[in-house]
Amino acid sequence: MILLQLFLSFLQIGLFSIGGGYAAIPLIQSQTVEIHGWLTQSQFMDLATIAEMTPGPIAVNGATFVGLRVAGIAGAAAATFGCILPSLILVSLLAFIYRKYRELPLLQGVLGSLRPAVVALISAAGLNMLLQVAFGSGRALALDQVQWAGLALFAAAFFALRRFKWSPILVMALCGAAGVALGLIGVF
Amino acid sequence: METKRLKTLWTLFSSMLYISAFTFGGGFVIVTFMKRKFVDELHWLDETEMLDMTALAQSAPGAIAVNAAILVGWKAAGFAGMLAAVLGTILPPMAILSAISLFYRLFAENRYVALALRGMQSGVAAVILDVSVSLGLKVLKGKQWIHLAVMAAAFIATFFFHINVIWIILCAAAIGVGMALLGRRGGARG
Repeated sequence: MILLQLFLSFLQIGLFSIGGGYAAIPLIQSQTVEIHGWLTQSQFMDLATIAEMTPGPIAVNGATFVGLRVAGIAGAAAATFGCILPSLILVSLLAFIYRKYRELPLLQGVLGSLRPAVVALISAAGLNMLLQVAFGSGRALALDQVQWAGLALFAAAFFALRRFKWSPILVMALCGAAGVALGLIGVF
Repeated sequence: METKRLKTLWTLFSSMLYISAFTFGGGFVIVTFMKRKFVDELHWLDETEMLDMTALAQSAPGAIAVNAAILVGWKAAGFAGMLAAVLGTILPPMAILSAISLFYRLFAENRYVALALRGMQSGVAAVILDVSVSLGLKVLKGKQWIHLAVMAAAFIATFFFHINVIWIILCAAAIGVGMALLGRRGGARG
C-alpha cells in the first residue's frame, strides 16, 4: 500500500521537523533514501538543490517530488497531506489556545519575551542572506571578493521598500529581471 | 454577509497563493511577506499578533509557512479560512515542483534561471531586512530593558553561535514565564 507508506513517512517528517526547513532535510533523507529507498543519494541531492531554488517549504517540495516519482499525482497528494497533517492539528490547537488565553498574565509574559526573540531571528536570517549576496556562499569575508552588483541591487531594493513602500513581490520580480540583465552585460 | 465571507476567503487564498509562489528561502521570508500583506496592507492583524503567530509557527512542528498560514487563516475566517490559507500556501510549490521534476537538470543548469535567482537573493535580503528594521525599531522604542536584552541575546546566539532556534525560543519563553511569576508584568505591554 504505497500511498499509505508515503502518507505515514511524510507524517513523521511533518511531526518531527521542528524549527523549519533545515530541520526537515535530514528527516527527508532518512525516510526516502535510507528507510524506503524511494530516492538514490544523487536524486536526493537533486531534490535538495531544486527545493533551494524554488519557492515553498522544503517538506512540501520534498513530498511532491518523492510522491510524484513513486506513485504519481495521488502519491504527491498523499505525501503532502501527510506532511501538513501534524501542523493542521497542532497549530489549530495553538490558534485556539492563543485566542482564548492570550490575555492571561503567564501567556502575556511568554509572548512578550518571545516577540523580541522573533525579531532577532528574522534579522539574523536577513543578515545571513545579505552576507550571502555580498560574499557568495563561500562566506570568506574578503574585500576583493565582494559582489558589488549584488550589493547595489540589494541597496536599490532596500531603498525602494523603505522609502517608497513598494510591494515586496514587485521588488523581487524586478530583482530577478535585473539579475538576468546584469548577467547579460557581464557584470553579475 | 455570505458574499463578504466568500470575499474574505478568496482574499486569503489568493494572497497566500501569490506570496507562496514568490517566496524563496525559508519560513522567515514568507512571514515577512505575510506581515506586509496582512498587517500593513489589509489590516487584518496588528503587528503584535503577527509576531506572536510567527513565534507560535516557529515553535510548532512542520513548515513555518504552513503553520503561519493556519494561524492567520483561523484568525481571519475560522476553519474555512484555515483551509483556504493552507491550500493557497501549498498549491504553488506543488505545481512548480511537479513541473520542474520532469526536466530538473535543464532547469538547474539554465544560465538565465541562475541569474534571475541570484538577483532575487538581493531582493529577498532587502525585504527581510526592511521588515526587521521596522520591528527592531519598535522594540527599541519600547524601552524595556528585558526585551532589549532578549533581542540582543537571541541575535548573538543565532547569528554568531548558530544555536538551534528551538533553544532560543525555549529560553525566551522561560524568561517570559519567570517574568510573569515574578509579577513584573514586563511582557504585558510588549
